[in-house]
Amino acid sequence: MTDITPEQTGSNRSRSSTELVRQSLARRNRKQKVLQGFGIAAIFFALSMLVILVGSLISTGYPAFTQTHVELEVFVDPEEVDTENLSRGNYDDMIAASLGAYFPDVDMSSRIASREVTQVLSSGAQLKLRDRVLADPSLIGETITIKVPASDNFDQLNKGLIKRDTPEENRRLNDAAIANFDTLDAAGVISAPLNTTLITSADSRFPELAGLKGALVGSFWALLVCFVISFPLGIGAAIYLEEFAPKNRLSDIIEININNLAAVPSVVFGLLALAVFLNWFGMPRSAPIVGGLTLALMTLPTIIIATRAALKAVPPSIREAALGVGASKQQVVFHHVLPLAMPGILTGTIIGMAQALGETAPLLLIGMNAFITSAPSGPFDSATALPTQIFIWADSPERGFVSRTSAAILVLLTFLIFMNAIAIYLRSRFERKW
Amino acid sequence: MVLFAFLLLFGATMLAYFVNRRAALSMRAGGARLHSLESFHGLFAALSVLVPVFVGILFWLVLEGAVVDLFMLRGLPAGTFDGLDSGASQLIVAEIKSIAGGRVFGTPEAWKIEAAERLVRYHRIADWLLVALVAITAAILLWVARRSVVEQFRARQGAERIVLGLMIFCATVAIFVTIGIVFALTFETIKFFQIVPITEFLFGTSWEPQIPIREDQVAAEGAFGAIPVFLGTIVISAVALFVAVPVGLMTAIYLNEFAPQRVRKSVKPVLEILAGVPTVVYGFFAVLTVAPAIRQFAASIGVDVAPNTALAAGGVMGIMLIPFISSFADDALSAVPRSLRDGALALGATRGEMMLNVLFPAAIPGIVGGVLLAVSRAIGETMIVVMAAGLIAKMTINPLDSVTAVTVQIVTLLIGDTAFDNPKTLSAFALGMMLFLATLIINIFALRIVRKYREIYD
Amino acid sequence: MYDVPHGRNEVAVTDVKITARNVQVYYGDTHAIKDVNVEIESNTVTAFIGPSGCGKSTFLRCINRMNDTIDICRVEGDIRIDGDDIYDKRVDPVQLRAKVGMVFQKPNPFPKSIYDNVAYGPKIHGMARNKAELDDIVERALRRGAIWDEVKDRLQSPGTGLSGGQQQRLCIARAVATEPEVLLMDEPCSALDPIATAQVEELIDELRQNYAVVIVTHSMQQAARVSQKTAFFHLGNLVEYDDTTKIFTNPEDSRTESYITGRIG
Repeated sequence: MTDITPEQTGSNRSRSSTELVRQSLARRNRKQKVLQGFGIAAIFFALSMLVILVGSLISTGYPAFTQTHVELEVFVDPEEVDTENLSRGNYDDMIAASLGAYFPDVDMSSRIASREVTQVLSSGAQLKLRDRVLADPSLIGETITIKVPASDNFDQLNKGLIKRDTPEENRRLNDAAIANFDTLDAAGVISAPLNTTLITSADSRFPELAGLKGALVGSFWALLVCFVISFPLGIGAAIYLEEFAPKNRLSDIIEININNLAAVPSVVFGLLALAVFLNWFGMPRSAPIVGGLTLALMTLPTIIIATRAALKAVPPSIREAALGVGASKQQVVFHHVLPLAMPGILTGTIIGMAQALGETAPLLLIGMNAFITSAPSGPFDSATALPTQIFIWADSPERGFVSRTSAAILVLLTFLIFMNAIAIYLRSRFERKW
Repeated sequence: MVLFAFLLLFGATMLAYFVNRRAALSMRAGGARLHSLESFHGLFAALSVLVPVFVGILFWLVLEGAVVDLFMLRGLPAGTFDGLDSGASQLIVAEIKSIAGGRVFGTPEAWKIEAAERLVRYHRIADWLLVALVAITAAILLWVARRSVVEQFRARQGAERIVLGLMIFCATVAIFVTIGIVFALTFETIKFFQIVPITEFLFGTSWEPQIPIREDQVAAEGAFGAIPVFLGTIVISAVALFVAVPVGLMTAIYLNEFAPQRVRKSVKPVLEILAGVPTVVYGFFAVLTVAPAIRQFAASIGVDVAPNTALAAGGVMGIMLIPFISSFADDALSAVPRSLRDGALALGATRGEMMLNVLFPAAIPGIVGGVLLAVSRAIGETMIVVMAAGLIAKMTINPLDSVTAVTVQIVTLLIGDTAFDNPKTLSAFALGMMLFLATLIINIFALRIVRKYREIYD
Repeated sequence: MYDVPHGRNEVAVTDVKITARNVQVYYGDTHAIKDVNVEIESNTVTAFIGPSGCGKSTFLRCINRMNDTIDICRVEGDIRIDGDDIYDKRVDPVQLRAKVGMVFQKPNPFPKSIYDNVAYGPKIHGMARNKAELDDIVERALRRGAIWDEVKDRLQSPGTGLSGGQQQRLCIARAVATEPEVLLMDEPCSALDPIATAQVEELIDELRQNYAVVIVTHSMQQAARVSQKTAFFHLGNLVEYDDTTKIFTNPEDSRTESYITGRIG
């Protein structure tokens, strides 16, 4: 339309306007095509970024789901074990001795010489043996078969992440170390089973021993606290604002306030928690209870907004019907409106919880990024959370933590997908068309 | 013990319900015509026991620690804290508490053990006192509630008034949170400005918060000019918007007008996934993939760039903001009335011309609101910049350089031990204040634009 | 009606059930009902007719205080049922609505079972001591709503699954389940087809045995068919109120005549 300028129409008076339109149409359609092309390119860019994001996480993360292990025949030497106190024993030497069987040339009694060989194993190997013996003291004096994790570098080597063709000086393992590993591999004792440690252990400085249990339990407690606080508060606030609040200045202020609160940066909530909960109230640092409390304050606006939308969607005829038979206003709400709005409320709540699960910054400020090697037993114990654990591992220099960070992210994303799937299911299953 | 107090309260609540219900029932059976149903008599009694005692327990729990500490400190040998600064005295208190908790390191002095024992004793006394108080108040309230069961008593109105009160309380929590934020930030910020002049903070161009903690430590002087930090945030946010705005708008335009229904239905939720990915994941993505890619690309054309460029952090943040902007723009475009579209099409405009000349201009206020909200997101975004941006504050607007950001400084200053009396910690709160104010102003502005826009077409 | 124990005996049923004196209703600044005076009799169907926006529905909703739920609505004047002022401070609108049932323009069953729809009112008012009594009340209400035979085999199926006419009769059953004394009907047939309308009209005539029925309708034929008394509203005024036959054959006011004969409306 814009292409037909007055001059054109004026100078070509003789030609019909249809002719004019037809002439310019090709150009105009081309312009539209260009616009569409930009649109498709934008979508393609956004989607390819998503693909690259997920792809890079999976490609770096999948090696972490297996862990190289070494199978050893260990003689539990009665002389090396303190029978009074089983946890005190020279398990290190027993492991070294059994490893020595594969290396007849190495003097395993010499610490320095044996170091070359035992570095294949994780420093957690002896603990694994110790736990076996502690669980079953009758093993003392027996020869047992035990699978122990290999140390991080050899794990990387086994997965091909440390390349053998890199020049030796640029490699983190020298040729001798690789040769030792190959000797064990040739003996058939190397295997790479599923890395259960990733789920069953808490954090560790050694990648091969580090797991997410502490973070998962910490996140569970924090989310539980978050839910217990924000769900009733959010629903109560939403019902009041939607069904009972008189239209006055105070209601307006609360309304504006909630909308703004939803957009306050998460790190500011962290500052609030640090100053008020930790510094003024003296609540424990790094504890899921404080984390959950902070997340609850952040989730509250989300739940309120979702609940109000769900309440608004219940048609007024239902309210009138209930009022008409003599229900009080609260009976109308609690008997009819709220149950009908529940699917929508739950959907909003789950989405809010999913956001809370991924929230990191406020948890950093209240110290939920501490190095803690055991899972918390309650909401008052020090703990990490899933996203803060990802942050800690992403910051760790050991190579093995790169793939473990990706793996942890994949675990986190799995939880988020699961939660969102429930929300979508609820919405499609219970959504009511009025 | 606290659990026991809650159980006791729970029991009293149940008791109140059933006692009053029974009473009302028997009155009704005796021929009296009660105003309210018997279950409301029960509910009223239950609520009038539950609410006050529950609030009481919460208050007790908040205050107990501080009061018990006070008693414990009063019993310490005179002069214990003489000549100690706040950090050292906190350390002593922490040690006594950890002894009380059963974690003994080394061999503490006798007076510390004695204090720890007293601390444990006080706590036990406090716990018993709590349970006793709960029992007594619950009993009194039970008795009062039981006496309320008479014919004329409007138990339903009574119960509903309590419920309404609870709901009003819920609604005001949001206000208390805002007040809490404002108070906490203002309080610490004022303390900061007592040490560092506000003019230096706002107009200084050098940011080196690593000040010496001990007298003899060799460290930088410490400088708190926040301009380079603000500048870093602006550079990174600008990069982010540079990515997100065109991509988001184009996506919205295409999806809103040109995409077949099937494409629209499938692309929109997939884009939403981008919005649902936690920011810590984006941060790792920036470090793992984007930053090395940028470095490699720069090296291949012979440019040397910093490992943590503003470009990497900003670019990834831009990706995060794409669905944010596109969904806002899509909503704004959809809100333009059909009559405008139809009018343009009826004149013979192509759909592209209709979009560019009619729909888009009409939707601009809504889109601007959305972009403003994205700006406030960008400057408040934390994890991406903490992981992918630098720590050193530089006065530069070069996106290939390493810059820091307000949120990065807040987090790095507050990770680890924090003492609330040194300017390093307090400066984080001053930065937080600035961040809060900036996002608040942008948000209010943006929400107002969005609301105005909705009103035009509703 | 009063919010005090109902110890006294019910006064002997007088002919006049509802008395309205000088009723004014305001919506914000709009004066919607202007100085209406009317006396509505027991065991009678009273029809409110008039052009749309004349205030007939508004006035109807004053009788069970449904207007209380609208924030900007203000009612002045005096409405008495059995001589008791229903706008008295001591009156609980909730109890009032149990005594003054209402049926709405569009059938609005709760998205629950047929049984639960009818049982809800009796339940919240504590009218049944046990399940058997409640069953009894529900059956009686459904019979009175002339729908029992159609639904007795599927009481647990959702009320929203019924046809429009059945839904409306269910809503009537729900309204009578609380044993009201007055039944207000706000254009109860406007969303129904002619057959369902005929069924509901028949039902209304039966209901007259037990209740004072007030019906708002936009159909003069309907008013003529079902009512004994008719009130004509115009622009917020009650223009004329008399026996239905009189209104339809020999109206006193010229406006009524114009409306009846189709000249305004």
